[in-house]
Amino acid sequence: MSFGWAQEYQPKSGFMRWIDQRMPLPRLVYGAVGGGYPVPRNLNYFWNFGILSGLMLTVQIVTGIVLAMHYYATADGAFDSVEHIMRDVNAGWLLRYSHANGASFFFVAVYIHIFRGLYFGSYKAPRELVWMLGLVIYLLMMATAFMGYVLPWGQMSYWGAQVITGFFSAFPVVGEPLRIFLLGGYAPDQAALNRFFSLHYLLPFVIAGVVILHIWSLHIPGSGNPTGVDVKTEKDTLPFHPFYTAKDGFGVGVFLILYMGVTFFWPDYLGHADNYIPANPLATPAHIVPEWYFWPFYAILRSFTVDFILAAKLWGVLAMFSSILLLFFLPWLDTSPVRSGNYRPVFKRFFWLLVADVFVLGYVGGAEISPVNIALGQFASAYYFAHFLIILPLISKLERPLPLPNSISESVLHGEAEESAPYGLATSGPVTAE
Amino acid sequence: MATLQDTPHDATAEDGVRRRDFINVAAISFAGVGAVAVAVPLLTQMAPSADVLALASIDVDISKIQPGQAIKASWRKQPVFIRNLMPKEIAAANAVPLSELRDPQTLAERTKPGHSNWLITMGVCTHLGCIPLGTGEGENRGPFGGYFCPCHGSAYDTAARIRKGPAPKNLQVPQYEFTSPTVVKIG
Repeated sequence: MSFGWAQEYQPKSGFMRWIDQRMPLPRLVYGAVGGGYPVPRNLNYFWNFGILSGLMLTVQIVTGIVLAMHYYATADGAFDSVEHIMRDVNAGWLLRYSHANGASFFFVAVYIHIFRGLYFGSYKAPRELVWMLGLVIYLLMMATAFMGYVLPWGQMSYWGAQVITGFFSAFPVVGEPLRIFLLGGYAPDQAALNRFFSLHYLLPFVIAGVVILHIWSLHIPGSGNPTGVDVKTEKDTLPFHPFYTAKDGFGVGVFLILYMGVTFFWPDYLGHADNYIPANPLATPAHIVPEWYFWPFYAILRSFTVDFILAAKLWGVLAMFSSILLLFFLPWLDTSPVRSGNYRPVFKRFFWLLVADVFVLGYVGGAEISPVNIALGQFASAYYFAHFLIILPLISKLERPLPLPNSISESVLHGEAEESAPYGLATSGPVTAE
Repeated sequence: MATLQDTPHDATAEDGVRRRDFINVAAISFAGVGAVAVAVPLLTQMAPSADVLALASIDVDISKIQPGQAIKASWRKQPVFIRNLMPKEIAAANAVPLSELRDPQTLAERTKPGHSNWLITMGVCTHLGCIPLGTGEGENRGPFGGYFCPCHGSAYDTAARIRKGPAPKNLQVPQYEFTSPTVVKIG
């Protein structure tokens, strides 16, 4: 749908023609993930992670629907129903571990996908909306993951719910009534558990809807590529199928091996032992931390320890939300016309510093509170904001990028005429070398 | 070197099968095997779980059931009728010629030797699964003095055999044994 040379859908049978004339769904699929979607020919394996995120969303929805057949959202019975799934339900242990670790691997895929976008400038015009819809998906994922973690109603579930909903109480005047409204009580209990279950079931389908918008908006300009140079001619692209279905298929295989490796051999490694203790409203676990994928944000939250005009608690919550909301403005903070970090020597260094900074934040967010860790978290949080608000705009102005290739095909094929011919249009003799 | 020209419409080997055809078939087949493997846990989770299967047998004390009385026991979340038949009910059941029955069985075949006054059957109508009346005091036992299903009017006799109405079979006799003269183990 994006380029003039995209192949048009040709029904292979009378039946498909019949369907296509009445409801062009086959045409839509062909143009989206079939031979009718021209994709830059130089994508590397980092471009697998969009498909991998979609795969994990599917895995989570399928395993989640099945788990919901056995789970009951009652404050008295939720914990027992999860143990029932683990011990009594046929293959229940596999389904639950797949779902719990699936959440982690969903975030692994999405984080790599996001940093791919940051490095290769995927958020820049004309793909700003792709980026922003992606951030909406990410926010929905965080809400879904948090509410899902509450459902087993163990100690970490309960106190996680208490702490996260406590964020809302930071806002002056309306905060505490808002928190009570959201929980349907003064502390997490039956009402909160039931609504979390309802929303945890709903939001993945909302995510699926936004994913469709994300892909739709992507397919207007077409996929980006590692050079960041726009597609110019048919020489620059390959049909999505079979070239990228095959490449994505390989990536899916590797990713599933890692995911299932953890699920089968270290199923509880990414969880917390405290969550195998039933929720107790009268005792908080000694070391309470969220799941690993929230650690960087938890570190930012905990970095504010002194009241300054506003209460420290409110600063922490505002900073944590800002750290994501900030990313919505990224297309306008980074004004460099060069997309790919490969051609931006200064940007490239600061990109890797940002990656290191997020890892430091992650470490601090998961570690016990100590004076050293707090100082480290404060420095890393400050650097995170400085990267986007100060460093990135400055680099965009001052940096001298490397010369860009004239075209994608020139950058990968070095102008060899035969190889750079459009797919399927080779005019020279039969292929001999093998 | 695999080049971009190595595409579906060229480079055919002598036997007409290309290396890539083989790889395609092998890869898709293996993905199919994987899909079947994934389907197994997704489907078996629907089957009865271990705690449901663990309810497989119950012990019932029948010492308090007087002749003419019946009780309902719960086995696998289904009612079991345990009825102490009176001599005239036994006689009535034995008087019916098998040729008149829709599902021919004698009372002796439906009870244990030496305990022929103990009629133990599932309390589930063989028509569509309702619980027939006739265990409680004063309940309608139907025209044949056994059980009567209020849903669609199936009437069972004193051996719990179907005599009239839409049900196709006699009330099912579960597997059971007398572990002592006053205790029955069902299941």
